[in-house]
Amino acid sequence: MSDLLQFLASGVTVGAVYALVALGFTIIYNASDVVNFAQGEFVMLGGMISVAGVAAGLPLPLAALIAIAVTSAIGVALNTFAIEPARGAPVVSLIIITIGASIFIRGVTQIVLGKGTHRLPSFSGDEPLHVFGATVLPQSLWVTAGAVAIFVALWLFFTRTLTGRAVLATSNNRLAAQLVGINTRFVMTLSFALSAAIGALAGVLITPILPTSFEVGISLALKGFAAAMLGGMGSPKGALTGGLLLGLMEALTAGYISSHYKDAVAFFVILAVLFAFPRGLYGSNPTERV
Amino acid sequence: MLTVEGLRSRYGRIEVLHGVDLFVGSGEIVTVVGANGAGKTTLLRCLSGVQPVSGGAITFRGEAMTCVPAYRRVARGLAQSPEGRQIFTNLSVEENLRLGAFIFADERVERDMADAFAMFPILREKRNQLAGGLSGGQQQMLAIARALMGRPACLLLDEPSMGLAPILVAQIFEVVKALKALDVTVLLVEQNAFGALSVADRGYVMETGRVTMGGSADELIADPRVREAYLGI
Ligand SMILES: Nc1ncnc2c1ncn2[C@@H]1O[C@H](COP(=O)(O)OP(=O)(O)O)[C@@H](O)[C@H]1O
Ligand SMILES: [Mg+2]
Repeated sequence: MSDLLQFLASGVTVGAVYALVALGFTIIYNASDVVNFAQGEFVMLGGMISVAGVAAGLPLPLAALIAIAVTSAIGVALNTFAIEPARGAPVVSLIIITIGASIFIRGVTQIVLGKGTHRLPSFSGDEPLHVFGATVLPQSLWVTAGAVAIFVALWLFFTRTLTGRAVLATSNNRLAAQLVGINTRFVMTLSFALSAAIGALAGVLITPILPTSFEVGISLALKGFAAAMLGGMGSPKGALTGGLLLGLMEALTAGYISSHYKDAVAFFVILAVLFAFPRGLYGSNPTERV
Repeated sequence: MLTVEGLRSRYGRIEVLHGVDLFVGSGEIVTVVGANGAGKTTLLRCLSGVQPVSGGAITFRGEAMTCVPAYRRVARGLAQSPEGRQIFTNLSVEENLRLGAFIFADERVERDMADAFAMFPILREKRNQLAGGLSGGQQQMLAIARALMGRPACLLLDEPSMGLAPILVAQIFEVVKALKALDVTVLLVEQNAFGALSVADRGYVMETGRVTMGGSADELIADPRVREAYLGI
């Protein structure tokens, strides 16, 4: 029983990170129909830049803020210099552009910040808490609470603000959005900035638990993509559900079968979703989007 | 009110508007009729700024519009109900209307919405339903009402009768006529030449990217070439 609780606790922590990565996929997909495979790099940048900031003597919160700001700027640059000029190109080409961008970001990070593997200090110590017989790191609570806070903030943004409604309208029908006076280019820029910032924040939250290096983005992108597919590409609720489910499935696989198979879970989920229910749990009807 | 001179536009390398000239006076209902593929939709897309213009000029209320970005044109008084309705299917009827007034944040929005509901009572009944669930005719009404929420001086209507049952087509043309009383200038694009010409003051005929004829609606309805080509008489 306490084993199970332990697995569930670690599944939720990792799942919260996958949910944030999936949310990043969702926001950009909604604004532009692009599946942005550089999403994992945003998480990596959040961790790596914070690590560099802390190493340079900055306090962690400041280092984290700088990391999030720089990563947002990189997200905006990705849109401005790679996606926007290719506007009107087939979606497959746009996806390949994002894969190229992710390779580029990885390369530059390796040159600028090195090949090492790093950890951030935990936000409030490493003394484990005991909850119902499971041991939980305080950092796990930070990760989970951070993810919850981001989802709530985003929900408020979409439902309560004019800009949020502009984003929703643009994702529902770009042409109609333009015709009612919404600046859809700004919405795209904003979506890339937002996705990158969320990815970077996820990186800051998780790096005290999962060490980072210039390479960690690939597998995070893959898992976030799997989570987004599972929940239904384009649905924030789906991103949350898909992320948590994937995290739990991984933790249970690692706990009851073998940690060797843990990383295969995401592949299995992608294949299963593609074959069995391509819309995912909450995805909209693909024909409705056209 | 609206002057278009020598307007050219292309999709990639293929030019589809080869220098279109037309004029819409204040308070008029002007129609552009023409066969499928003539370039009518492209013309309206250029007017709303969602299609690049490669030559010529658009002047609206004395201001050059050609370089004004699409999202600023509603504020200048130009709104469009596009071909295929293009409503926000995932949002409610009311949210669609509110988005039509996206650029406004004053109490007039509520009044305009009440006016829209008075004009299209069925929309009031369905105000909380998802717009995607409306019938074709209701979606068309919503598209027109949403454009009106932008308080246009000139309303661009692209094929509002397309795909509708005859009784609804008649109803839509009645709505267009009623706009005249609201002081809204209308540029109506239609394949249904007879319906459009019977509500319009003036009309143009468009063929493969050029305006080939123009005149009062009565003249055009009486013209043997128009009768043969577009009215099937
Ligand atoms: N997105 C597009 N890409 C390429 N060609 C297009 C596109 N849209 C329309 N066309 C072409 O432009 C011409 C004019 O089309 P359109 O403006 O839609 O005409 P209409 O509205 O009069 O039916 C047609 O030959 C059509 O094939
Ligand atoms: Mg058309």
